[in-house]
Amino acid sequence: MSEKKPKRRDFLFTATYAVGAVGVGAVVWPMVDQMNPDASVKALASTEVDVSSVKPGKTITVLWRGKPVFIRRRTSEEITEARSVKMEDLKHPEKDEDRAKDPEWLVMLGVCTHLGCVPLNDRGDYDGWFCPCHGSHYDTSGRIRKGPAPLNMEVPKYEFVNTNTIKIG
Amino acid sequence: MSDHDYTPKSKVGKWFNDRLPLLSLANHLTDYPTPKNLNYWWTFGGILTFCLITQIVTGLTLAMHYIAHADMAFESVEHIMRDVNYGWLIRYIHANGASMFFLAVYIHIFRSLFYGSYKSPREVIWIIGIIIYLLMMAAAFMGYVLPWGQMSFWGATVITNLFSAIPLVGEGIVTWLWGGYSVDNPTLTRFFTLHYLLPFLILGLVVLHIWALHVPGNNNPVGIDIKKPSKDTVPFHPYIVIKDGFALLMFMIVFAFFVFYTPNILGHADNYIEADPLVTPAHIVPEWYLLPFYAILRSVPDKLMGVVAMLSAILILAALPWLDTSKIRSAVFRPLYKQFYWILVADVLILGYVGAMPAEGLYLLIARVATAYYFIHFLIILPVLGFKEKTIPLPLSITEPVLGGSPMASAVKKKESLN
Repeated sequence: MSEKKPKRRDFLFTATYAVGAVGVGAVVWPMVDQMNPDASVKALASTEVDVSSVKPGKTITVLWRGKPVFIRRRTSEEITEARSVKMEDLKHPEKDEDRAKDPEWLVMLGVCTHLGCVPLNDRGDYDGWFCPCHGSHYDTSGRIRKGPAPLNMEVPKYEFVNTNTIKIG
Repeated sequence: MSDHDYTPKSKVGKWFNDRLPLLSLANHLTDYPTPKNLNYWWTFGGILTFCLITQIVTGLTLAMHYIAHADMAFESVEHIMRDVNYGWLIRYIHANGASMFFLAVYIHIFRSLFYGSYKSPREVIWIIGIIIYLLMMAAAFMGYVLPWGQMSFWGATVITNLFSAIPLVGEGIVTWLWGGYSVDNPTLTRFFTLHYLLPFLILGLVVLHIWALHVPGNNNPVGIDIKKPSKDTVPFHPYIVIKDGFALLMFMIVFAFFVFYTPNILGHADNYIEADPLVTPAHIVPEWYLLPFYAILRSVPDKLMGVVAMLSAILILAALPWLDTSKIRSAVFRPLYKQFYWILVADVLILGYVGAMPAEGLYLLIARVATAYYFIHFLIILPVLGFKEKTIPLPLSITEPVLGGSPMASAVKKKESLN
């Protein structure tokens, strides 16, 4: 077989396929993207929480974007325990100072990073949280210490609006 | 479809058949030559067709009363149970029907494993079957989410989160599947849509499964090729129709027992509590038919590898026709394979048991050993066995061991009667 020179018809075929592919893509993308979070879901992006009634050693759970958020007012022992952990002992090394801006308040998504269950308060081998689904243990900073979860519980974007109110999101 | 020439007797029939050969198709299906030694394990194809039709009919009627909305789904299911005429019956048939469907499909799959039905020339039938099985699992999972109870919600959360194990794009895929930042109303409505769609896809694949079956014809307990039609075959109607019908009646007795006497035994009490995104039930367990795979998922301490192991456990079945190197189909003539077959059956049952237990201590250890053995069976034992095993000589026809003439006639006859 000798090399054939491209003809006008080959050009027409290629051009037709290319336009066809663009057309298919333009139709498929809206069909795919409609499944992503819609405007009404995105609109619920932030929540303000009054934390004045939370006593030291207690955790409250609030709902933000359909997910539970743990807000824990930590005791001084818990803070000491969280800050004295060596980085090399951690599966996902993060300093407690980076996770809790104000050491007394730990704010994080109450979602196990394994498969999304809600861990239980004051349980587990590290005095923090324990996930009942597949047995992940978290410490007093919400960092993963034992079990199948790969990451620490996520700290969302939040700020203190005033001394009693936290705005999440 | 041109197995033989067929002309309808009536003039109208001939006129129609020349334009659309539906009568030829019906004739092919009734006359279809079937091995005459098929045992009752071969009746589960018909039983499965019955299960699919049952699920579609009860599902359609339930959909007339169910409301796919996070605020109303749970109540609408209770409304079906309490207010809708015979709603309780239709829902219990649908819910237990899923379990019966899986019970039948597992028997169907293990029959294929015992008699080597997946081997050449039936690989395509087998692979279509695996795709049907995957779609069944997807349909069952999404159906379980619809009542919007605690197990529905947290089962959906855990299973969709499996996708988050995919590097880089995982989180984006999970958000896309949810249509939000957690399992919520958008998730429920799309699951309802897909749950409605999948059975019809399965129905289409069942047609392909049967079409692919009718090309080489049925395997049989002896596992040898037979000439069709010949003395070794009987027409599908009335012989197999009657046999399938009898087996179906027996199956329906079991089905009815669950529906009328213990309709909730296969479910979880937690699913009668409405979904609460703030509280995870103490012990999340999938439905019984997914437990072996759940045990495999939990036995691997790494998130991504756990998901990979679970998916591989299913997909490895698709490669089975090439992993099993033995040319002999039926385990009746494979003394070693027969033993390994029963060990595999026990292994899968053990995985199912530990999948229902908490993932700690001895259970975790057993799950790990059983998971390892599951893969060893398919990846090491089966390929090696094909070369090492000394098989029992095959009879020349399926009639021969019954009528005499083979050196192994008595052994074959005894073994056949045991199956």
